[in-house]
Amino acid sequence: MLAQDTFFTAPDIEWWHLSPILALVGGALFLLLVGALTPRWPRGLYGIVTIVTAATAGVFAVLQWSDIDDNGPATIVDGALAFDHLTLFLTITICVAVALVALLTIDELAIAGKDAPEMYAMFLVAATGGVVMSSANDMIVLFLGLETLSLALYVLAASYRTPESQEAGIKYFVLGGFASAVFLYGIALVYGGTQSTNISEIAASFTTTVSLDGDSPLVLAGLALLLVGLAFKVAAVPFHVWSPDVYQGAPNQVTAFMASVGKAAAFAAMLRVLLVALPFQRDDWRPVIWVLAVLSLVIGSLLAAVQSDVKRMLAYSSVSHAGFILVGVEAAGHAGPNDGTASVVAYLLFYSVLTIGSFAVVAVVAHSNGGDTSLTAFNGLARRRPAITLALTVFLLAQAGVPFTTGFVAKFGVIQAAVDVNSYAIGIIAMLSAVIAAFMYLRIMVSAWLTVEETEVAKEQAPISTVLAIGIAAIFTVVVGIYPEWVLDTAESVAVFAR
Amino acid sequence: MHDELSFPILTALVLTPAIGAVLIALISSRQAQYAKLVAAITSVTTGAMAIWLTAEFHQSDDGFQFVTKQPWIEEWGISWHLGVDGISLFLVLLTGVLFPLAILGIDPHNDEPGRDKPYLAWLLLLEAGVMGSFLSLDLFLFFVFFEIVLVPMYFLIGGWGYEGRVYAATKFFLYTMTGSAFMLVSIMATAYIASRNGVSGVTFDLVEIAENAEFAASTGRWLFFGFAIAFAVKVPVFPLHTWLPDAHTQAPTAGSVVLAGVMLKLGTYGLLRFGLYLFPEAAYWSRYLWLGLAVVGILYGAIAATMQTDLKRLVAYSSVAHLGFIVLGTFAFTSQAITGSVMQMVNHGVSTGALFLMVGWIYERRHTRQIAELSGLQKVAPIFAAGFMVVMLSSIGVPGLNGFVGEYLILIGTFLAEPWYAAIAATGVILAALYLLWAYQRVFHGEPGEANEGFAELKLKEAATLLPFIGIIVFTGVYPKPMLDRIEPAVDRLIGHVESVADFEAPSPDEPVIVEHDDADETEEGDH
Repeated sequence: MLAQDTFFTAPDIEWWHLSPILALVGGALFLLLVGALTPRWPRGLYGIVTIVTAATAGVFAVLQWSDIDDNGPATIVDGALAFDHLTLFLTITICVAVALVALLTIDELAIAGKDAPEMYAMFLVAATGGVVMSSANDMIVLFLGLETLSLALYVLAASYRTPESQEAGIKYFVLGGFASAVFLYGIALVYGGTQSTNISEIAASFTTTVSLDGDSPLVLAGLALLLVGLAFKVAAVPFHVWSPDVYQGAPNQVTAFMASVGKAAAFAAMLRVLLVALPFQRDDWRPVIWVLAVLSLVIGSLLAAVQSDVKRMLAYSSVSHAGFILVGVEAAGHAGPNDGTASVVAYLLFYSVLTIGSFAVVAVVAHSNGGDTSLTAFNGLARRRPAITLALTVFLLAQAGVPFTTGFVAKFGVIQAAVDVNSYAIGIIAMLSAVIAAFMYLRIMVSAWLTVEETEVAKEQAPISTVLAIGIAAIFTVVVGIYPEWVLDTAESVAVFAR
Repeated sequence: MHDELSFPILTALVLTPAIGAVLIALISSRQAQYAKLVAAITSVTTGAMAIWLTAEFHQSDDGFQFVTKQPWIEEWGISWHLGVDGISLFLVLLTGVLFPLAILGIDPHNDEPGRDKPYLAWLLLLEAGVMGSFLSLDLFLFFVFFEIVLVPMYFLIGGWGYEGRVYAATKFFLYTMTGSAFMLVSIMATAYIASRNGVSGVTFDLVEIAENAEFAASTGRWLFFGFAIAFAVKVPVFPLHTWLPDAHTQAPTAGSVVLAGVMLKLGTYGLLRFGLYLFPEAAYWSRYLWLGLAVVGILYGAIAATMQTDLKRLVAYSSVAHLGFIVLGTFAFTSQAITGSVMQMVNHGVSTGALFLMVGWIYERRHTRQIAELSGLQKVAPIFAAGFMVVMLSSIGVPGLNGFVGEYLILIGTFLAEPWYAAIAATGVILAALYLLWAYQRVFHGEPGEANEGFAELKLKEAATLLPFIGIIVFTGVYPKPMLDRIEPAVDRLIGHVESVADFEAPSPDEPVIVEHDDADETEEGDH
């Protein structure tokens, strides 16, 4: 059809710039096709292929980093995708997260006796969606990425035949589908107000057609709907209600994936929509972000503190972390120089590694307790598995924001960005809510270190690749926590967007 | 500038215990006996370096010495900037001396020998954190160390404490972290606002900001209070003190010694270094608030201590009172009072540290801390009683012992500036005599009774641990000059800095002020 259209000229395709996406899709297709046509592979091989795929995509992204230093950011594929440091940084983050989650999944599936390529393929498909979201320069492309990610996540959440997993999948699907619809309607309204779905053109339209004081009711209504959709995806209060149930019900490795890749991609989309497409509306969206941030921080940490299940605790804590990241987004929404965007992406990278490590430890504990992830299952863990408990402690202290961990550097970054633009109130609220959240992390630590189980509990199995994932995450958390400069340097340039 | 040591001694002071902690963590549980050896070597080395530092310290130099400055996170203007002056010197020395004593002299009370390993690792990590806090000249670096000490202390209290330890440890952690939350925001705001008012570029360098930044009065006050809340919790200043009796009482003996000895000083030291030095105007402006709270703290701590039935809690409340004196001296803004405060920080660390040590030994022998269940210990353990007596008298502030010098300087210095506050605070000295002597009478005098018959005499190891404490107590009490000579220049410089920035002039020295401590001022000191 298109070929017959004389007005259609095929755009130049920058294949090299698309290589991370192509690698991820290629890996997914390879797993599905070859995996389906060949007899069962040796244990772990599906996972290793996934890791190799993610590493390849990550390396492609790394190789292109200096390209932007030399030539500056650009839009590619006829303006559909943005090729800038934000894209590459989040691509690398997502690839790191996929590799770590795949390590964890090898053991999870082996123990469950379900070693098969499907889950890995879904991870790669979801990661592709995430990369597309973070590089989208068109609202429709953004939506395509969002749906690719979300549909994969719905399937992943429901991938075990347990009632909890099925329930998590259906809840996530119904609510997520609703949020996607709201988001799509938002795109439509913004299109109505700006006559374009292209992010560059939307941003440009404010200097030409739409009056600068942002009075276009269509754009404002569209912005409101977009914010609802995005807030749902990042699980910001009051759009967070799905997350504890879904996090708790989904298989551990899927929860780790949602909390890392899902969150990173959703925030990437938020940055694209708010900072690249609608920067001229910043006075309209910034107060909304402020309120979302404060609600997420306070309610997330308060509700986390009263949970009795560790997965639910971590779910609410991820809500509170979303609040922290929103503080960075809010700071980035002020006019003038600031490093809000850099602090947001650094936070996403650090938090992704942290949260995968935390859920990996939860997975270790859950195996030997018949899937029990309640706080009491952690009692006396330090006596049985001191090294793993130490790693858990590192993750929890990092999430609480204790120095010499990446968690502290991440929190310091966003608060610094907020203070730089004189948002003192939100900085103080964020730090105080970190104290409330710290209470919850302390509860887990008390249970693991200080509570002694009366009856003899069997020592948890610690399968090798899970331990490897935990070890890598813990070492990253401490080493980068002590010497964060290279990550911060790298993140510094992400605020130069392709338009 | 004079010759500096080529050896980066301050960095070594921070890193040696940290390396020790890592080494201990790496030792396998089957060879746990080496853990103690590593802990002993690293803590004694650190102590020796602290003594060496004191010996090499240039007495007449009022600025920072042995300064090390290496960029750490250049992106954010953060550097590894360490330095020591007369105000921090003796706190570093105290830290260096107290930790080996706590590590070698006190056994953790637990039933499983395998658990000594983490205990020692946490203690060494704590030492590194405390050292770092006292030596940092970078706001970020200071915050990092100030915050990191919470973690080892949390685990020490929670893991090796007494019956209510989990509650006490959690309360301690959350209280202090709440204070730090305000300080962190304040630190960042200070750096950014300073970068727009006199300092070139965003930097967290303390000296750079303190010397060059010009804060508007109201801005400075907000920033000051952000810092001050964190320090007020740490000190603790009444009414933020409620974590302290729990934490002190539930902590293991070594934890209490370190907590009282050096950790509370992070608060009072912080007020001097990051309150008065960074925000002279705001500190001076708010002085009546602090003086008032200090006086209330002195009286409240003393009265609460009198009412305690638990010996360890009594000592804990006496800390509230003693730290009230230190805060009083800090905000009197006279050279004598601040010198006295700095001195009293060290004195309180020594005497209260020793008190907690001995109360710990009493608990080990009798498995109770209740004053009512103890009596007549002097009859069965006279040397123990004598040791306790010396330490207690030092805590009361009897002339000839160290506590007197500090308290006297604080009171005389405060009297120069604010006579009424000094007069009320002086009654705290009398109350201290009351509650401590009364406790001594109940515990050590009278008949031992059946339960206390078997109370063992001071053991050789215990005597060896106690002796350094008593040595410092007596030496400083009789000959405080070497200490004062090193503290005073730095304090005078600080006062000069406050005078140059705030609308303030230190009280004129024309008034007849007797600085020699052997001329006791009758009206001030009372008779005890």
